[in-house]
Amino acid sequence: MSVHNNESANEVSNLDLETPERPYLDSNELIINMGPQHPATHGVLRVILKLDGERVLGTECVIGYLHRGVEKIAENRTYTMFNPYVDRMDYVAAVSNGLGYCEAVEKLLNVEAPARAKYIRVILTELNRIASHQLWLGTHALDIGAMTPLFYTFRDREEILKIFEKYCGARLTTHAFRIGGCQYETYAGFEKDVKNFLTFFAPKIDEYETLLTTNRIWLERTKDVGVILGADCIALGVTGPVLRASGVKWDLRKAQPYAAYSEFDFEIPVGTNGDTYDRYLVRMAEMRQSMRIIEQAVNGIPEGPIMGKVPKVIKPPVGEIYHSIEAPKGELGYFIVSDGSTQPYRLRVRPPSFVNLQALDVMVRGLLVADVVAVIGTLDIVLGEVDR
Amino acid sequence: MAEEVKTPAPPPPPEGEPKSTAEKPAAATPAAPTAPAKPAAPAKPTGPVPLPWTSPLVEKYRSQYGSGLEAQTYLGQNYLTVDRALIPNILRLLRDEEQFDYCVDITAAHYPKREKQFDVIWILYSFPRNQRMRVKTQIADGASIPSSVSIWPTANWLEREVYDMFGITFDGHPDLKRILLPDGWKGFPLRKDYGILQQDQEWVQINLGIESGQ
Repeated sequence: MSVHNNESANEVSNLDLETPERPYLDSNELIINMGPQHPATHGVLRVILKLDGERVLGTECVIGYLHRGVEKIAENRTYTMFNPYVDRMDYVAAVSNGLGYCEAVEKLLNVEAPARAKYIRVILTELNRIASHQLWLGTHALDIGAMTPLFYTFRDREEILKIFEKYCGARLTTHAFRIGGCQYETYAGFEKDVKNFLTFFAPKIDEYETLLTTNRIWLERTKDVGVILGADCIALGVTGPVLRASGVKWDLRKAQPYAAYSEFDFEIPVGTNGDTYDRYLVRMAEMRQSMRIIEQAVNGIPEGPIMGKVPKVIKPPVGEIYHSIEAPKGELGYFIVSDGSTQPYRLRVRPPSFVNLQALDVMVRGLLVADVVAVIGTLDIVLGEVDR
Repeated sequence: MAEEVKTPAPPPPPEGEPKSTAEKPAAATPAAPTAPAKPAAPAKPTGPVPLPWTSPLVEKYRSQYGSGLEAQTYLGQNYLTVDRALIPNILRLLRDEEQFDYCVDITAAHYPKREKQFDVIWILYSFPRNQRMRVKTQIADGASIPSSVSIWPTANWLEREVYDMFGITFDGHPDLKRILLPDGWKGFPLRKDYGILQQDQEWVQINLGIESGQ
């Protein structure tokens, strides 16, 4: 494996802004600033670009504009009180954040959510994965210059948000789950709504694909752009669709199943080239796989309680735990140290966007400025999670 | 929050200087591999206790490094508590020999009442083995620790974040500077003595032109 021979390929650059790379006169070297207020950086990301004409020589990301100190807040809240805060990290996939947190605390308490709660969790989490990928597709295509997909995806994402709203009253920061299970039983007609969504959405993915998959402009802008090898992904800790598009067939839902994922039949879509186009294909295929999971879950949803045996006051025993899930953007982990009190002694979030963003430099070197926008889009970062 | 820190780690026994013993209250005994049940922590005898972790991997490194290393498993999760002196080597061996090719996370925890105030924790994963483990070491305030950027490039930003939040320095890091907070910020927010409402007022006044950030 070439993972370990990482001399230069996957070293993240630290720009020396003072000395130009080629200190002679005809150099067109230029340092420009992209963001933090820029429509294509998906939030407040600032990228310092070192350019030779249009070509990118190196980048440096400046982040932290959205830092709210989530980990510090966790140390000053009880386990239950902290639950809604996790939704504010990756706010387009709030349900996944909540699932990871609740399962981590459950593990620490050594309890398990009942089967019915697990199924509800899987349905909502996979719906959220679709919603997250829809938002990614719309904005990513918009960055590259295709405006129509944004309207299509937002139109269809609305149907998912309606289900969330009917289930728990919130559309975005849902706080859908509780430690030990779910607070809300499904509303009357939940199964029907979910099934209706599946029949509604299946042709919509095809519709997205007719807009993009064989579109000449899309192919020109995404093929062989932002290539990253599987070995480099592993060395840089990149996970999620980006890793899979580089040919590494790894998905935590299969590798270390959590919730009820071991009971469903689905595949892990992988790419071969590790370019922007493959990442597009992988995410499109993932939406289809999510629909398969939802269909199986909604048809097999068991009866029973939705809340496990969890004490009213959550006081996990002294110890520490790491638990991670496959969020839409990659491995989302929670490392919790308990000192036996009602508040976490230390809570660390391992955010997929933060770690994936580190690969930006490797991916854009040698490309054109316009491609930087495409690569930021294809990484699918949410700055709320990068900065926490 | 200050009263919350009573439980972690009673002050380590005086002879415990070279060994990293008291990594948590329930593991106050040294690495006696035979003892299945440890004397439980004074606070909560109800919870599960860390058990010794035995595996070929552990045996191999224990024979190599002897007492500098303690292997335990808690709720099915394995971790090694190692001496600070072993740190670059054991991480490199875990990657090269044991295929822990993916460094999931690097983080730290602050125990102000302990002599060696910080735990630094590496969370590792092996793709070929589909296994996770953690490596943990203790360092004192002001001490530094070798960087693992040359082992896993992903450590770059992760170590910067640990530096940013705890003020732990990593020797050999290519560009150790703050990552989430502004460069001129004073103080390390995830230390226990840093209050939740505390801010670098001077920075706020100079850079934002307002009296207080609160």
